[in-house]
Amino acid sequence: MKKYLSLALAAAMAFSLAACGATGTSAPAGNAADSTPAASTPADAAPAEGGEAGAATGTLNVGGIGPLTGGVAVYGLATMQGAEIAVEEINALGGLQFELDFKDDTGVAETAVNAYNTLKDSADVIYGTTTTDPCINVAAETFNDRFFQLTPSASSTAVTEGRDNVFQMCFTDPNQGASAADYVKDNNLGESIGIIYNNADAYSTGLRDAFVARAAEIGLNVVEEQAFPDDNTPDFSAQLNALAAANVDLLFMPIYYTPAYNIVNQAQAQGFAPKYFGCDGMDGILDIEGMNPDLVEGLMLMTPFNASATDAATTSFVEKYQAAYDGLPNQFAADGYDAMWALYYAANAAGIDADNMSHEDICEALIATFTSGDFSVDGLTGSGMTWSAKGEISKDPVAVRIENGVYVTM
Amino acid sequence: MLQRIKTMRSSTRSNLVTYGIVLGFYAAVQLLNAAGLLSSAFIGQLVPICAYVMLAISLNLTVGFLGELSLGHAGFMSIGAFSGVSFWMATQGRIPAWLGVLCALVIGAVCAGIFGLLIGVPVLRLEGDYLAIVTLAFGQIIVNVINALYIGIDARGLHISLKDAASLNLAEDGKVIINGAMGITNIPKASTFTLGIVLVVLTLAVVLNLIHSRAGRAITAIRDNEIAAQSIGINLTKYKLMAFIISAVFAGVAGVLYALNFTSLVSRRFDYNTSITILMFVVLGGMGSIRGSIIAAAALTVLPELMRSFGMESYRMLIYAIVLIAMMLFNSAPAAIEWRKKTAQKLQGVWAAHKKPAGTGSGKGAA
Repeated sequence: MKKYLSLALAAAMAFSLAACGATGTSAPAGNAADSTPAASTPADAAPAEGGEAGAATGTLNVGGIGPLTGGVAVYGLATMQGAEIAVEEINALGGLQFELDFKDDTGVAETAVNAYNTLKDSADVIYGTTTTDPCINVAAETFNDRFFQLTPSASSTAVTEGRDNVFQMCFTDPNQGASAADYVKDNNLGESIGIIYNNADAYSTGLRDAFVARAAEIGLNVVEEQAFPDDNTPDFSAQLNALAAANVDLLFMPIYYTPAYNIVNQAQAQGFAPKYFGCDGMDGILDIEGMNPDLVEGLMLMTPFNASATDAATTSFVEKYQAAYDGLPNQFAADGYDAMWALYYAANAAGIDADNMSHEDICEALIATFTSGDFSVDGLTGSGMTWSAKGEISKDPVAVRIENGVYVTM
Repeated sequence: MLQRIKTMRSSTRSNLVTYGIVLGFYAAVQLLNAAGLLSSAFIGQLVPICAYVMLAISLNLTVGFLGELSLGHAGFMSIGAFSGVSFWMATQGRIPAWLGVLCALVIGAVCAGIFGLLIGVPVLRLEGDYLAIVTLAFGQIIVNVINALYIGIDARGLHISLKDAASLNLAEDGKVIINGAMGITNIPKASTFTLGIVLVVLTLAVVLNLIHSRAGRAITAIRDNEIAAQSIGINLTKYKLMAFIISAVFAGVAGVLYALNFTSLVSRRFDYNTSITILMFVVLGGMGSIRGSIIAAAALTVLPELMRSFGMESYRMLIYAIVLIAMMLFNSAPAAIEWRKKTAQKLQGVWAAHKKPAGTGSGKGAA
C-alpha cells in the first residue's frame, strides 16, 4: 500500500514538474530603439493615425490571463508574446502607455478566476483569456465587475453571449466552420467529404457542428465522420480505415496541428491520400520539430495570419518576434498583437484618460467605441476589422495552401 | 465547564478542536472581510477551499480509515457536479433559488452515492494496486462519457443523445443543458462561503461520528487486518461499502458546491490529475487524520495563488512541486521524524523550565 502510494505521488510530482517545463520567460521584446513604429504599425481607419500619439493619456493597465504552464501553455505563451511586442511598439510612440501584467491560468477555469481576482485590484482592462472554458468564467466576472475584456483566441460563442463587455479578436467557431463549408463548396474542393475531429474538445466539436450544419444547407456531401478523444491519441488507423473505405477525397480536419500531423503521417503510411482542409488550429504544423514538409504539401487551411506573407507589417512583426523569442509566430501571437493595437486605437478614439478614469468608465467608453460602426482596425490578421454589438469580430477568412513548405494564399 | 472539558473522552475533545478550527476559520474570515483586510484573490478561493476540504475528508474515509487506495475520487465529484447542476439549470426560474440549491445538493449526493454502490460492489473485491487501477479507470470513463453526453430540455421533457446537440431534436423553446465537450455553460452562481462551511461541518459531523461509532471501529479493524476482522464476525462487504458510499456521497456534494461557484462546467476538470490532487491532500495531512486533511487541503489550495503575490509568477508551479516534496519528506522521512521528535523534546524542556523557573532543573534535564 505504502509503496504504491509513493509511486502514485511520485507520478503526480512528475506531472507537476512536466507542466513547469513550458514556463515562459517574460523578457522584454526586442529593442525599442530599433523598432520603427510608423512603418510597422498597422494603418488605421479610426481617428488616431498610426504612428502618432492620440487623444488618450496616462498608463493603461492591461491585465492579461492565459496558460503559461500546463498542456496548453504553447497558446498562452504565444498570445502573451505577441501582445508584448505590440506593447513595446505602443510605448515607444509616447502618448498613451500600456502596462501588461500577464497571469498564468494553466488553462483551468478555477485558476483563471483566481488570476482575474488577483488582477482586478490593479487592472483597467482585461486581455484574455486564451482558451475558451476559462474565458467563459472570467467573462462572467468581468461582466459583473464592469471591466472591458478582449480575448485574442477564445472562439466559442458562449464567451460573448449575453455580455456587452466581452469582445473577440478571433473568429467564432460557428462562423469559421460555416465559412469553411462555403469555401469548400465555392471552390469545388471535394465530392465526398470526410471529417475527423476531437470530440472531447470544445473548439473542434464547435467547428465540426457548424461545418456539418452548413454542409447540409448548401448540399455538400459529407460521407463519413470519425472522432478521436484526445490530442495525444497515438493511433488513428481505425478512423483512417473507415474514411478510406468511404472513398473520402477531401478530409476536413477542424483540429490542432499536433494530431493533424500524426493523421497525415499515418494516412500516407496506409496509402490513403485525400486532400486535407484545416482551420486556424492547423497553423503551426510547419513548426513541428523534425516534421517532413513533403507530407503536408498541398494541405489547405483557413488562417487569419500567414507568417510568410511579405507585407511590411507582417515581416516587421515576424522579425521582432524571432529576435525576442526564437521561432516563428503563429496566429495566436498575431491575434495577441492585433488585440493590443485594437485596444490602443479604441482608447485613443474614445479619449481615455487612463490615470484618472475608473475601470467602469473605461469599459463603457471602449464598448461604445468598439461597437460604433465607424471603428475599424487594420492588423496582421485582417484589414478593416469591425465588431458587432455581440462582441464578435468581422474579418475575411483567408485560405492558404502549403507549397514547398510555406503558406501560399489561395 | 472547564471541568467537563477535562473529564470528557479524548476523542470528543479532539473532535471539538477540529470543529473549532473550521468555525474559527469562518469567524476569522468574516471578521477580516468586514474590516476589508482580505484580497479579492483570497475571497474568490473560499468556496473552492471548502469543496477541497470536503473532498479530502471524504477520501480520507476510504484511504485512511478503510485502507483502500481510490484514485477515482474526482469521478464521484464529477457525477455529483453534473447531476446537481443539470437539475439546477433545468429548474431555473421554476422553483425558488434556495430550494433549487438544496435539491441540487441532494441530487448530487444521491447520484454519486448510487455510482459509489455500483462501482463499490465489484471493485471492493479487489485489493491494493488492483483496486487503485480500477478506480482510476472509472474516473477516466466518467470524464469521457460526460464529454460525449448531450442533454437538453424542452416542454416535452428531457432529451439525451451521445452523438451531437443537433440530434437532441429539441423544440423551439428547448435549451441544451449539457453540450458534450463544452459541458454546461452560463450557470447562475449559487455557492457562498457560508454554504460551504455548513457543508464542511456536515461532512465532519457524519465522518467523525462514523469513525467513533461501532461501524467505524469495524472499518478500521478491516484496514488493520482483514482476516482477523472477518474471524470475529465483521461483515466485510457491508462495512467496506458503507465507507466507500459515504465517501462518494460527500464527493458528490462537494462537486455540486464547486460547480455552483463557476459559470461553466467541463468534465475535463475532473480527470485523474484532480483525483491525485485530492489524494495528495490526504497523504500530506496524514492518513487517518481528519484535521490534517482539512489543513492540508486548505493550505495546498491557497499556496499556488499566494506565490503569485511574491513575484514568482513564472516559477510558481515549479516551486509548488518543490514545496510538496519538501513537505512530504518533512512529514514521513525517518530522519525528519527523528529531528521533529528531538525538537519537540527540546521545546518541551524549554517550556517546563520556563514554567518552573525556581524548580529543580528537571525540565532542563529533558532537553
